[in-house]
Amino acid sequence: MSRPHESAELHVSGAALYTDDLALPAHTLHGAYGLSEVAHGRLCGLELEAARQARDVVDVLTAADVPGVNNYGGIVADDPIFADGEVHYAGQPLFLVVAHEREAARRAARLASARIEPLPAILDIRAAIAAESFVLPSKRLVRGDPDAELARAPQRLSGSVGMGGQDHFYLEGQVAVALPQEDGGMHLWSSTQHPSEVQHLVAAALGVASHAVSVSCRRMGGGFGGKESQPAMIACAAAVAARRSGRPVKIRLDRDIDMLATGKRHDFLADYDVGFDGDGRIRALSVMLASRCGYSADLSGPVSDRAVCHLDNAYFIPHVAIVSHRCRTNTVSNTAFRGFGGPQGMMVIEHILDDIARHLGCDPLAVRRVNLYGIGERNVTPYGQIVEDNILPDLLEQLASEADYAGRRRAVAEWNEREPVIKRGLALTPVKFGISFTKTSYNQAGALLQIYRDGTMLLNHGGTEMGQGLHTKVLDIVARELGVPNAWVRITATDTSKVPNTSATAASSGSDLNGKAAQDAARTLRERLAAFVRERDGVEIGPEDFDGGRVQIGANSIPFAELVEAAYRARISLSATGFYRTPKIHWDMDRLMGRPFYYFAYGAAIVEAAVDTLTGESRLLALDILHDVGHSLNPAIDIGQIEGGFMQGVGWLTSEQLYFDSDGALRTHAPSTYKIPTARDWPERAEVRLFGRPNPEETIYRSKAVGEPPLMLAIAALHAIRDAVAATPGGAGRPRLMAPAVPEAVLRAMGAVCELSEERSPLGDTMGTTSPDATEQTAFRLI
Amino acid sequence: MGSRDDCIRFLLDGEVVEVSGLPATTTVLDWLRDHAGRTGTKEGCAEGDCGACTVLLGEYQGGNAPLRYRTFNSCIRFLPTIDGCELVTVESLVDDGVLHPAQRALVAEHGSQCGFCTPGFVMSLAGLYLEQPAPDREQVVRAIAGNLCRCTGYRPIIDAGLAMGGLEPAKTWHPERVDTPARRAALAKLVRRRTLELPDLVAPRSLDELASWRQAEPDAQLLAGGTDLGLEVTKALRNLPKLIYTGQVPELHVLETAAAGLRIGAAVPLADAWAAIVDAFPGFEEVADRFASPPVCHSGTLGGNVANGSPIGDCMPVLLALDARVELRRGASVRELSLADFYLDYRRTAMAADEFLVAITIPGAQGCWHYAGYKLGKRWDQDISAVCAGFAIQVDAKVIVAARLGFGGMAGIPARAPAAEAALIGATVEGASFEVAADALASDFEPIDDLRASASYRLISAGNLLRRFGLALTSEEQRKPLSVWEVTP
Repeated sequence: MSRPHESAELHVSGAALYTDDLALPAHTLHGAYGLSEVAHGRLCGLELEAARQARDVVDVLTAADVPGVNNYGGIVADDPIFADGEVHYAGQPLFLVVAHEREAARRAARLASARIEPLPAILDIRAAIAAESFVLPSKRLVRGDPDAELARAPQRLSGSVGMGGQDHFYLEGQVAVALPQEDGGMHLWSSTQHPSEVQHLVAAALGVASHAVSVSCRRMGGGFGGKESQPAMIACAAAVAARRSGRPVKIRLDRDIDMLATGKRHDFLADYDVGFDGDGRIRALSVMLASRCGYSADLSGPVSDRAVCHLDNAYFIPHVAIVSHRCRTNTVSNTAFRGFGGPQGMMVIEHILDDIARHLGCDPLAVRRVNLYGIGERNVTPYGQIVEDNILPDLLEQLASEADYAGRRRAVAEWNEREPVIKRGLALTPVKFGISFTKTSYNQAGALLQIYRDGTMLLNHGGTEMGQGLHTKVLDIVARELGVPNAWVRITATDTSKVPNTSATAASSGSDLNGKAAQDAARTLRERLAAFVRERDGVEIGPEDFDGGRVQIGANSIPFAELVEAAYRARISLSATGFYRTPKIHWDMDRLMGRPFYYFAYGAAIVEAAVDTLTGESRLLALDILHDVGHSLNPAIDIGQIEGGFMQGVGWLTSEQLYFDSDGALRTHAPSTYKIPTARDWPERAEVRLFGRPNPEETIYRSKAVGEPPLMLAIAALHAIRDAVAATPGGAGRPRLMAPAVPEAVLRAMGAVCELSEERSPLGDTMGTTSPDATEQTAFRLI
Repeated sequence: MGSRDDCIRFLLDGEVVEVSGLPATTTVLDWLRDHAGRTGTKEGCAEGDCGACTVLLGEYQGGNAPLRYRTFNSCIRFLPTIDGCELVTVESLVDDGVLHPAQRALVAEHGSQCGFCTPGFVMSLAGLYLEQPAPDREQVVRAIAGNLCRCTGYRPIIDAGLAMGGLEPAKTWHPERVDTPARRAALAKLVRRRTLELPDLVAPRSLDELASWRQAEPDAQLLAGGTDLGLEVTKALRNLPKLIYTGQVPELHVLETAAAGLRIGAAVPLADAWAAIVDAFPGFEEVADRFASPPVCHSGTLGGNVANGSPIGDCMPVLLALDARVELRRGASVRELSLADFYLDYRRTAMAADEFLVAITIPGAQGCWHYAGYKLGKRWDQDISAVCAGFAIQVDAKVIVAARLGFGGMAGIPARAPAAEAALIGATVEGASFEVAADALASDFEPIDDLRASASYRLISAGNLLRRFGLALTSEEQRKPLSVWEVTP
């Protein structure tokens, strides 16, 4: 009953075209970057002659060659397209070699070198806090009187929570093609979640107006947030190179360059102080929350804001103070990644609740239960939004009972009593995720629907397809509104020349916003056709009269195409735009107060894990998920988002380790060293179900957003591992298990790897204090 | 059609493709995408780790032997190495507009989201289908171990693998339909009568021919499966010296199993070599399973892994435990060397510049031996190990009379652990003996910190692997689960 992905048959037959697959003009050139190997330094000069002289090389570009603004930062203009004067991270693009062949460009790039005088580099969060090195001013959210209530609380704990970053590892790397047009124009094919931003930044880089630049994207081979702000970097470089040469220029980053040069999920560190009663109910909480933003602001402001707004997750915290530091480090500028700070905020509170439970010696689920938001009381978030649609108590109890949490808790305890080597752990964690861009103005969308005389139609909307099934859902909506078979509706590449000023396809909002905008366009055309019938035949027709590719006019049923042709002849416009803006939301981003979210999406997961006390290896044994997508637009696609999001979260929290060396160079920059989950890691026993209650808010067909929330279900996986660790003698109490829970981290949390040095810890990047002294070096080989 | 010396020929969609004038290091993937315009096959990593580039290679094995189709990573495989074979890509599977069952199942099970990894999964599932149209879950998971998907979480892809056998069978790419006389004849026609000799690559067709090329060109680089050397081109962008490809030498493909032991030719693919080793020594099944993905094991060779001499190659700890020997040839002379003496220093072996590896021999075992192999990484499938271990002990009347403990990841070369071995020899088979041996590892190794693990973790977990081995030996009757994979969900 769920329609397959609109491109499924193209995917499986290799016929779906990605940007790298597009046939290009014969004289297309190819660009390849030279990157800095130094984390921080003064760029004293570039030795580019050897590269210029290399075979097939046409051009070498640096910052000086950008005709307009040397920036691809969308919010704050602090992201140079090419390093200029100062180098801010190891992996930063310094120059672009342009050649007839891609391989020639890559090889020539290695012939160049840079003279960089190193400057002191700040590489991790602790060092940045100590130096008060921030990309944006810190923010503070306070409710009630946390200091006094902490002092008064019956019990009190403090501790730290650390978690690593994550590479997006979209299977299709960053790629853009710039094609010069007449009269100063530029068209780009870009693998991007945000064509409009690419358009505006390319225009600025070229020093032309926005109307001179157009950007298209048919599909991405995965995005996950990594193609929200990052694609502009290579799109700008390609456009500048294309302008200079007058020829098309394509840049496709190879995997290593992609991982070295582009931003990732923020790693976070939190220090907490919590007061609670004997049941584990939180009285007051104070948290220092710090994110590693890298060298520039990028999206770190809204990412950190969302982390603050999800530190409560599903729990009422009566008195709370959160200080949010946005740390500037000499590492790649971290960016959007599915969840956008939400997962990191939730990780903090879930860790705190787990700590409270272990301190009290009770089941963590009991502590989670007593802290859940209430219904009609205890229901105001720290940022002042009332939780109006709290279905979580019902959802959580349904999951706990259907998956027999209590019985399995006993079975796990019995196992751990009996088994010396392999320990088991169990955890249930909930998710409450706010839906809408916190920046209110982004919550708008447009669509363009054109009906042709044969009754088929072409649909464009502002959203982009990255695999999430957005086009499948939006196409369904239009076909349903006009009562035509899906095959009559075709979605073409997202294109800034068809729908302008679009928001990024991000914040899980794709179908909420674009589905509504497309519905609006479809209804406009349907009403236009109805008005035509009314005038011509004197018959009122309604939505239900458009069905099955036919239109019921009084007693007559005629083919939809016949009505369309008649309307055409009567000179009725058969194209319409649609528009939507999310109602009810408002947000004071300085005070962090308001109603940033139209509604919340909920879910919960139970994970059972096993860990090996000899090696620290872990395995997820069983998974039960109950997740809320409102009234699903497409159950199979929604379940796909839930399972895929969960697994991506599992990767973040267990096996994916970004290892930066003491010079600030990322050493895990390819799948040989950076390990995302494989098929074997999917739990052999898994039940994933939809909660199925319609959204009380008037969203598209009462559905809910689904892109990001399920990622956070994976927190249950980390806590299941932590639960198993806590069953070992060395891990008893509050095990110090940081994410990712790679085998070494697990073994260490069991107290079995005691003599490890901190700087070589699995979280060397966030936990260590690696700030190398500046040494005088003048020449560096380029990567 | 006459066979030309400098022309690569292979079969694609029923047509013979002839390629000449390209560098020998042109990868199959680049040829497909840039030269043939077949963009269905994708580049995800250019190092054989993501599987988006997976295609099938059909091999005519002569005589009545069935045609064999196996997956490989086209991103790191050089085009001349598919000379004489059939290349099958995702586009090839569509039969008169009808999708292959692997493709149909992926559509029906919602197994594609962004779709970029999908062609690779299709090929891995189609390769499995050609062996076993109705596989079980373990076979499916194993077949797609080398394919990364970032969207789905894999569940619908596994389900597609389980469902494909129940669909209308494939017209062409079905185990009972693919091996036609016409296809055999087409492939038989590609069998060479003269050696392939490109300006930058030669593919000798006999051991003697290989020996003389090796002597004539000591600066040339031997190329076996290319699963490591390929990266020198795609990643390091190195200009390789002239290549001597070993894959066409029949003598190097010999795999002999006899009571006297195993003799594995240097060009035997890892998949076949491991199957033979595990068959003879089941204790090494875990390392064999985790060694690498099927596409890598189909291209890569045991000889390549051994000769490459990486300190983290996972064959060597096992081969050290098995007291393997290497057979080296230079010109007409052959010598044998213990594998333990083969590795001199980091990535340096006892092999002379004009010498080459002919075979690895594993002696048969007398008496009561116990074997185990373990690998530790951040992920079960397809990771480079932090520590890899191969253990063999001989027991007589509950006393350990011989011990060979091979380790990878613990030093600059794969190496035995003499102090730990000494601690075991003469000791009784009980936990305490392995405790002592584990502690002795500290005098055998000074491992390093790197991105895979810290020195401490390496040393402690290596000792714990010995403890695990001890536990596996001592509590046979009431054996407790000793691995997370022995737990039933």
